[in-house]
Amino acid sequence: MNRIEKVFKELKRKNKKAFIPYIMAGDPSLERTRDTVLILEKCGADIVELGVPFTDPLADGPTIQRAAERALNAGVTLRRVMAFVKELRTDSAIPILLMTYYNPVFKYGEKEFVNDAVQAGVDGVIIPDLPPDEAGGLLRLSHPAGFATIFLLAPTSTEDRIRKVGRASRGYIYYVSMTGITGSRLSLDDSFSESVRAIRRTTGKPVAVGFGVSTPEEARVVAEVSDGVIVGSAIVKRLHDSPENLESFILDLRRAISPE
Amino acid sequence: MPETLMPALAELEVIYREARADREFQERLTQLQRTYIGRPTPLYFAERLTESLGGAKIYLKREDLAHTGAHKINNAIGQALLAKRMGKKRLIAETGAGQHGVATATGAALVGLECEIYMGSEDIQRQALNVFRMKLLGATVSEVSVGSKTLKDAINEALRDWTTNVRTTHYVMGTVFGPHPFPMMVRDFQSVIGKETRRQILDAEGRLPDYLVACVGGGSNAMGLFYAFLNDDVKMIGVEAGGKGIDSGKHAARFAGGSLGVFQGTKSYLLQDEDGNVLGTHSVSAGLDYASIGPEHPYLRDMGRVQYTYATDDEALSAFEHLSRMEGITPALESAHAIAETLKRAPRLPGDSIIVINLSGRGDKDVQQVARLKGIEL
Repeated sequence: MNRIEKVFKELKRKNKKAFIPYIMAGDPSLERTRDTVLILEKCGADIVELGVPFTDPLADGPTIQRAAERALNAGVTLRRVMAFVKELRTDSAIPILLMTYYNPVFKYGEKEFVNDAVQAGVDGVIIPDLPPDEAGGLLRLSHPAGFATIFLLAPTSTEDRIRKVGRASRGYIYYVSMTGITGSRLSLDDSFSESVRAIRRTTGKPVAVGFGVSTPEEARVVAEVSDGVIVGSAIVKRLHDSPENLESFILDLRRAISPE
Repeated sequence: MPETLMPALAELEVIYREARADREFQERLTQLQRTYIGRPTPLYFAERLTESLGGAKIYLKREDLAHTGAHKINNAIGQALLAKRMGKKRLIAETGAGQHGVATATGAALVGLECEIYMGSEDIQRQALNVFRMKLLGATVSEVSVGSKTLKDAINEALRDWTTNVRTTHYVMGTVFGPHPFPMMVRDFQSVIGKETRRQILDAEGRLPDYLVACVGGGSNAMGLFYAFLNDDVKMIGVEAGGKGIDSGKHAARFAGGSLGVFQGTKSYLLQDEDGNVLGTHSVSAGLDYASIGPEHPYLRDMGRVQYTYATDDEALSAFEHLSRMEGITPALESAHAIAETLKRAPRLPGDSIIVINLSGRGDKDVQQVARLKGIEL
């Protein structure tokens, strides 16, 4: 069992839901990212999704596109993010997933990527443009190493794809709340709850919901039907526009997702 | 590719295979090719150009005479019919030079669908004429001002739109790129170019040509010409955009300067840095200004079937003028790259050898930009 799976098992025991914030590594600098991860940990985040910037983030909306541009301008690369996590491990034990696109991983070399990531203390990876159909090599390397592989499902996913993604995922399943890109508007209707329930039933794995969760109220509703809530664009935006309000926003989200 | 699109891609493949085997669909497509696009396009013997070079006989496959002025219409009409068959309400597409945007807007008007075209802000500036044409055809043109503001960013934005509106929208990929089944499907729709050329050159010369030459951005006009000749003893040359020269780093020559990568749903050669980020490209022609290349091209190159080279901006510009003066035909700046390669190669070949160039588009759209580059105010 990898560390991500342990997080969900422990939360389930306590009847709680996971709070999973996303931030872009190196936006605007890795020093600031270090401080932010420590704040997230202190405020009760369960897992951190750490974005690795890529020039062509086709699953991302404008907020995260711009964050990636800022990080790239600061010279942040996959290699530097690995070194960053390794250093961070002296101060923080929070489970960390890298979220990036496939080409940087392909260029790095899948084998070297998994080896270096495990060495650095990274717990797993999310690659939104890599469906499990094309991930055979990465899965064979990751699973024996206890490296989590999080795949995505969407409202358009068929029964067959739900099973396929369920088999390939280790850690949790990332359910994309709507057909769209990160930071779009959330729509929490009956079919949304039904989809999450169906995925949990079919795969037997924890389901965390992301893309478009932007307020504590939305997070509360999403937490009621799922195992975890991912908040990305709303945090990235605050971190850029008004970093002084970050801590209270994170605490509000935390409280909304699993009240004490 | 994002998970959201995977079911749509699977559906597209099924529907495309059905349509390919459906006689009614094929008859409708053939009829539109003949009565709407104006096919077959002529194969023209460029006599004065041939004389001026003193070598091989040069033929031009006149895709510039196809409706809307470029080969892009062959694919756009095919995909518009498919979208209609799938019950979609809306077409979206990316465009670089604007030719694929115009072709898609035309296809949308023809079958009665809404249309939105994504175009980089840099390309909007250098292809203003085509922007207006798209609007005239009833399409919305959305400016993409992120990243390098050119074709690759327009594709990202079109993919984001498709991810959001996949239930109602068909994405008309304009070249032999992107996730399966697009490279296969676009190749099939464009292969009419090579099929006609084969027949026409046999009529004109009683034999197959020695060389086929085509420019390669994503690679659809080249694939369209080459495909019917792959099993013949015919040499083939793809010409990439050399921009300001390979050493300058300002080019779009993926074979000369790129390495294997995975980008926008395709594993192919890619201009990228050592961290896997995609590099900016440069070409005087917006349609060749792209960081990757359709996946069948590296396959043909690695098996030694097709040779790839490049022409620089300056070479393309002088070919643009040379063909205009010699033949009264102004080629698109993209196609001018294929002409430029021929200008170098033809004089070295014997007078009884034959070259066929795919003149993939007409140059009207480029006239303003060429004037600007020459410092002439219109």
